[in-house]
Amino acid sequence: MGQIVKFLQGNEVCVEAALYAGLEFFAGYPITPSTEIAELLSARLPQRGGKFIQMEDEIASMCAIIGASLTGHKVMTATSGPGFSLMQEALGYAIMAEIPCVIVDVQRGGPSTGIPTHVSQGDVNQARWGTHGDHAIVAMTASNHQDVFGITVEAFNIAETYRTPVVLLFDEVVGHMRERVFIPEPGEIPLVGRLRTSVPEGVDYHPYLPREDGRLPMSDFGGVHRYNVTGLFHDMWGFPSTNPQVVHGLLRHLTDKIENHVEQIARHKAFYLDDADCVLISYGSSARSARHVVESRRPLGERLGLLELQTLWPFPADLVRATCARAKYVVVVEMNMGQILHAVKSAVDAPDKVFLANRIDGEFITGGDIRNILRLIQGKGV
Amino acid sequence: MAIKAYIREKFFPHLWCPGCGHGTVLNGLLRAFEQLGLKKNDIVMVSGIGCSSRISGYVDVHTLHTIHGRALAFATGVKLSRPELTLIVPMGDGDALAIGGNHFIHAARRNIDITAIVMNNRTYGMTGGQYSPLSGYGTSATTAPYTNIDQGFDIVELARAAGATFVARTTTYHVQQATDVIKKAIEHKGFSVVEVLSQCPTYFGRKNRVGGAVEMMDYYRARTTPMGSKAKQEDPSLIERGIFVQKELPEYCAEYDQVIQKAMKGRG
Repeated sequence: MGQIVKFLQGNEVCVEAALYAGLEFFAGYPITPSTEIAELLSARLPQRGGKFIQMEDEIASMCAIIGASLTGHKVMTATSGPGFSLMQEALGYAIMAEIPCVIVDVQRGGPSTGIPTHVSQGDVNQARWGTHGDHAIVAMTASNHQDVFGITVEAFNIAETYRTPVVLLFDEVVGHMRERVFIPEPGEIPLVGRLRTSVPEGVDYHPYLPREDGRLPMSDFGGVHRYNVTGLFHDMWGFPSTNPQVVHGLLRHLTDKIENHVEQIARHKAFYLDDADCVLISYGSSARSARHVVESRRPLGERLGLLELQTLWPFPADLVRATCARAKYVVVVEMNMGQILHAVKSAVDAPDKVFLANRIDGEFITGGDIRNILRLIQGKGV
Repeated sequence: MAIKAYIREKFFPHLWCPGCGHGTVLNGLLRAFEQLGLKKNDIVMVSGIGCSSRISGYVDVHTLHTIHGRALAFATGVKLSRPELTLIVPMGDGDALAIGGNHFIHAARRNIDITAIVMNNRTYGMTGGQYSPLSGYGTSATTAPYTNIDQGFDIVELARAAGATFVARTTTYHVQQATDVIKKAIEHKGFSVVEVLSQCPTYFGRKNRVGGAVEMMDYYRARTTPMGSKAKQEDPSLIERGIFVQKELPEYCAEYDQVIQKAMKGRG
């Protein structure tokens, strides 16, 4: 770990990490509780020659970062639920056109304007299925500021590696809470840069032809290769195609490049899982309370464990199945009406043993809330 | 460079209907490129969705065919991140001014150095002839079977009010003028808007019984007039052509360079 210690908001940590990862272009629109990210980057990016622009809405913000990514820059936008809804069409475009970019969604309560200054994890399924059509998506999260830093850097790395948008699903508690964080030295966390084609000028370049390792080298707009980028189904040159083989092949490629790399993409943390007969599964700020419950009940002899998910999509189904195989109970702790619960139930061998401990009232879920559910499951009453 | 060198010949013949004006706009645009001696690697063409937006597929430059109405937002990202590139954004009237109206006025307000070409055929051709914000009161469309009660925009006045620093209008009949104003628009440092009245005989023409392509182009000849002409004074219903706005104001990317200088100075 580096020597620089800071005491920051989660949103500020996200900015530090994005700059560490090489962010060069940010477009955004003010929205609670994510606005600090835009404010900070408006000051920080030009200090290093980067570009910040406040667009006219979130639709335009998402479109602008896609444009800037195509000129060879690392790009990001940040928003919250309603703004994330507006970004969905362009997010689908980024998936289809395979544009590396990072979208931060600091979640607040919804639907609609909802409860802007309070916490929620209600956008988990919006991240997964918000844009239309079959597709794969990468969505990651973190429960503490050190992990916000690491996961944000990782998001940029994954975006470049797989030529894909990556959604960072933080929440209001993580975004606004202040906590100590160690800023790593440059080089301490490996960075993935833009993979550019080695095809020389005058030789046919295929922007959508994967290499043997599955990666697709890019060529910057303004460079020597002129090609087409479109949201239509397209061939390996980027030109529209309705050929059934091309359509089928591209859709398979777009989903397989993510879904077939769950093990490489999925990040998680395990706490006391080796002998756990009751497995808590949580993520984001609610994992803090889940971990508190586990660590406070362990000394009393309760065999509780916690699986903290840091990658929500693609869902690490094999990991969850294996982790829960010997558990008497599985309790999913989240601040929504069970958005990851369904993925867990689909993954495990005994879905009837999976329960939900949640809060949906804009208040942070506490250890007490989780313990009440555990007592109910165990037949002890509340 | 020969004009042909700017096209992707293998994608011809194009998908536009016989008599469509969009091919003429493409012609004018390519001649502007040629006369300016632009290098293909320096041009980025960003388009949205609709008949007009397919123009990008035919031009051998960096082409970004995006989503409906958002071409200017994508183009803003390209331009701000690589200001040395020449950005051309061809749009239809619905694309630019209905779904994309907000991006249109804000790009104009910022005065970012992008050339927006609005190919105004007064209809949504790709979806079969619905009324657009440019159809105008009293016109017929597949979604206006009892005639349209929507008032139309005046693109020139809208662009001027929103802050565009170059605004011009021409038609597909006046193809020399089209080349000329597109050329000047590209040369202009700032946000440029060129409205080209472009006939859609298939839908607008048929629905409104104004004849085929020839009659529609003849209408452009007869019913338009150079800006400030005597004819306009005598008949105010004529549509003016020409360059309506051409002024120097700070350009967005140049301004941002100064932001960078301030930020770097403040730091050190």
